[in-house]
Amino acid sequence: MKDLNIYMCGVGGQGIGLLAEVMLRACHKAGYDVKGVDTHGLAQRGGTVVSHLRIGKKIHTPLIPSGKANIVIALERLEGARAASEMLDEGGKVIYYDAEYQTIGNRLGKFKYPTHEELEATVKAKNGESVRVFEEELSDPRMQNIVLIKKMIELEWIPGVDTAIVSEALAELMQGKMLEKNLELLKA
Amino acid sequence: MKKFYEQLTDKEQWKGLLMGNHAVARAMLEAGVKVITSYPGSPTPEIAEALNSVPQDMRDYHFEWATNEKVATEVAFGSSINGNMSVVFFKSVGLNVAADSLVQLGLMNLTGGLVVILGDDPGANSSQNEQDNRHFARMSYIPVMEPATPTEAYKMFLEAAKLSKKHQMPIILRLTTHVCHAKELISFGAIGESNGYKAEFDVNNGPYLPITKTVFPLKKKAMEKLDLIRKESERSPFNNIYSPFGCKEINGKKLGIISSSMPALSVMENLDKAGKPVDLLQINFSYPMPEEMIAGYLKDKDEVIIIEELDRIMEYEIKALAFDRDIKCRILTRKTHDDIMGELTSDRTWDIMTGHWPEVFESGIKPVTQPFANPRIPQMCPGCGHRSAFHAIKQALPDGTITVGDIGCHSLGFFEPYNMGEMLLSMGHSNGTAAGLTIGNEKRKVLAFIGDSTFFHAGLPAIINAVLYDHDFTLVVMENGTTAMTGHQPHAGTGEIGEKISIDKVLESFGVKFIRRIDTYQQKKLTEYIKESLDHKGFSVVIASHPCMLKFMKQQRRKEGFVQKHVEIDQSKCERHLTCIEDFGCPSFVKNEDGSITVNEDLCIGDGSCRPTCPVSAIDFKKEAK
Ligand SMILES: Cc1ncc(C[n+]2csc(CCOP(=O)(O)OP(=O)(O)O)c2C)c(N)n1
Ligand code: SF4
Ligand code: SF4
Repeated sequence: MKDLNIYMCGVGGQGIGLLAEVMLRACHKAGYDVKGVDTHGLAQRGGTVVSHLRIGKKIHTPLIPSGKANIVIALERLEGARAASEMLDEGGKVIYYDAEYQTIGNRLGKFKYPTHEELEATVKAKNGESVRVFEEELSDPRMQNIVLIKKMIELEWIPGVDTAIVSEALAELMQGKMLEKNLELLKA
Repeated sequence: MKKFYEQLTDKEQWKGLLMGNHAVARAMLEAGVKVITSYPGSPTPEIAEALNSVPQDMRDYHFEWATNEKVATEVAFGSSINGNMSVVFFKSVGLNVAADSLVQLGLMNLTGGLVVILGDDPGANSSQNEQDNRHFARMSYIPVMEPATPTEAYKMFLEAAKLSKKHQMPIILRLTTHVCHAKELISFGAIGESNGYKAEFDVNNGPYLPITKTVFPLKKKAMEKLDLIRKESERSPFNNIYSPFGCKEINGKKLGIISSSMPALSVMENLDKAGKPVDLLQINFSYPMPEEMIAGYLKDKDEVIIIEELDRIMEYEIKALAFDRDIKCRILTRKTHDDIMGELTSDRTWDIMTGHWPEVFESGIKPVTQPFANPRIPQMCPGCGHRSAFHAIKQALPDGTITVGDIGCHSLGFFEPYNMGEMLLSMGHSNGTAAGLTIGNEKRKVLAFIGDSTFFHAGLPAIINAVLYDHDFTLVVMENGTTAMTGHQPHAGTGEIGEKISIDKVLESFGVKFIRRIDTYQQKKLTEYIKESLDHKGFSVVIASHPCMLKFMKQQRRKEGFVQKHVEIDQSKCERHLTCIEDFGCPSFVKNEDGSITVNEDLCIGDGSCRPTCPVSAIDFKKEAK
């Protein structure tokens, strides 16, 4: 398979750390050579957080060059739009959870919060594909990352990363009720 | 599935997907390190996270969070001269605090060995500058190793520990942010037999007292040790040539690149991509520089670019070397100021290579990126007590008041909508700076902030100074019961380490005459106290306290039967004053297209601290959760 650059992003507090760790482990279990890096800065919430995951035999640095992401996984729309603009490669794919976390600039009326159409147009301009994910009935916002992973598995964007492998990765990272709830959602 | 600490302490060899920081913690156990000290700071706190994950009774080492980086360095020094392998680690700017003691370490016979792990931060991802600590190493006669990957960080630590013990000298392992946090599959070795703590200090291993008479011999010995270490770097496997397509003449010239650590990886990727016969000399055991190896490389080339991250340190040393040895190779620099800033990712490195050799590395295949104009500035968390404090304090400040910020979550108060804390140098600077702002100043009030961890870390000397001169300003201690910004580590005032040291009592004992304490959610009262304190002639302190709500909510969510509360806005009462969104600024509020304000329940923690800010009391707890 061709090398793949997977760029994950969201807003601090959304659980991107878990998303990234699950993806890293799942890709490794599916037999790929993986390198990843989280660019988490500070504890408090509310800033942009991103994580890079690269799979392939001849990768040296874990950082994806700008404009070279083949897949963007976004936990939030504005961050999805940012990644589509700044990181997505020609012909790349974007999957985003349609959570809307306004920035202070949005609330003070200095910047407009992007619409779905705007995000999708950015991706189209690069001849890419975008997939919106939203689950009306989701009780716990901290499980949005699992909903995204579930959709990713269905789309088969990363051959070999399936429900069984992701479940295995999850089981390494959590236990008890939390694990049960996540697995239930993943397999639903 | 093994727990993380079980893996970390596994006596046998194993393989795992780990980040650089965790890999280094494992290396410490394999190397038999006995004493490890630190003060929190990104990008290194996960080293402590790993070490602290091991239950106390299973630890064959002592780890401590010291009051600051200097104390941490001294504790490590003390244990090392007692014969124990020791480690101190901290972030880039931590070295400035540690420096007064650290610069002496190279002069001392560190019988147990001592590795200093630095978390440098090119790109200033989570620091107030991107200082290049390779300068410090040179000033202090301390060797430096700079791993490029987590695997190398692990291996280099083992090598650093070995060399440090052998030569009884400190070694710096310089990590950078994305080496600390990079993850890959790493093969670990076994952990040997425990060797117990030692108490073998012997003054005859010294001298350990640098006075005029001994400084020269000590310095001489330090330089002799560096000469020995240079021999190690000459034959080190961490310095090597990467040559995917060999090196042949292109347009009559042989071309090469010298680089180190993470930027060397960027160069490798670019060489793979270009498919041209240009090679790379990677110098990761970088100080003392392997002169013979580098001279040999230069002699074989017509042109060489030096691609190092941040300052031109290797470059100047290599140019001096070439000059001294009359080597004809042209040594090329990174041309612009921009090239001296930030991380050298593979695309930026490509630009440097293209800039010098456009016929070899073609430009023009620029990716299709577009900067996205909609910044997301980090904000204090929903419910953060610092927010209530800023909102309340703002009401109390007369026009023209100068507000002095300090390090910590409250430094975010500088951003909209609070705009408080207008200058920042370093941890604990605020009291000194505020004092200076009051001198000869009859017109404008001065108010300074400090966090509670910072209070103990570097705040005390300037507070004592303010008391002695009775400098006329108000200090607000932003007490949240933790070292929040770096991930909630304990400090002297939290009671998690030893018995809690009370900030109030410390201030009383110093003789501070005006001290008030208040929970920041009591905004009215806080506003009153600030007014009073500003009226007070001389130094005054208000302790504005509220637990870090991020930490608090994490603990609450773990509890059985926890129910998430929220607030809601009564749309029939709301008159669109927008105080909640424009002045108080909790990120949970949403401004809708139609101008109405609602609450994002994914974010709201239901603490209710926003309620008193609404002039028409339209915000209240959501009914069903009441
Ligand atoms: C010399 C130095 N050491 C460490 C740091 C890293 N650092 C950044 S924010 C911070 C937290 C300070 O804690 P506190 O004063 O309690 O403020 P809080 O974040 O809890 O509001 C630290 C230690 C630094 N910037 N400078
Ligand atoms: S981490 Fe704690 S102190 Fe920092 S912004 Fe969040 S709630 Fe406030
Ligand atoms: S109750 Fe909700 S909206 Fe109000 S300050 Fe707390 S988190 Fe923000």
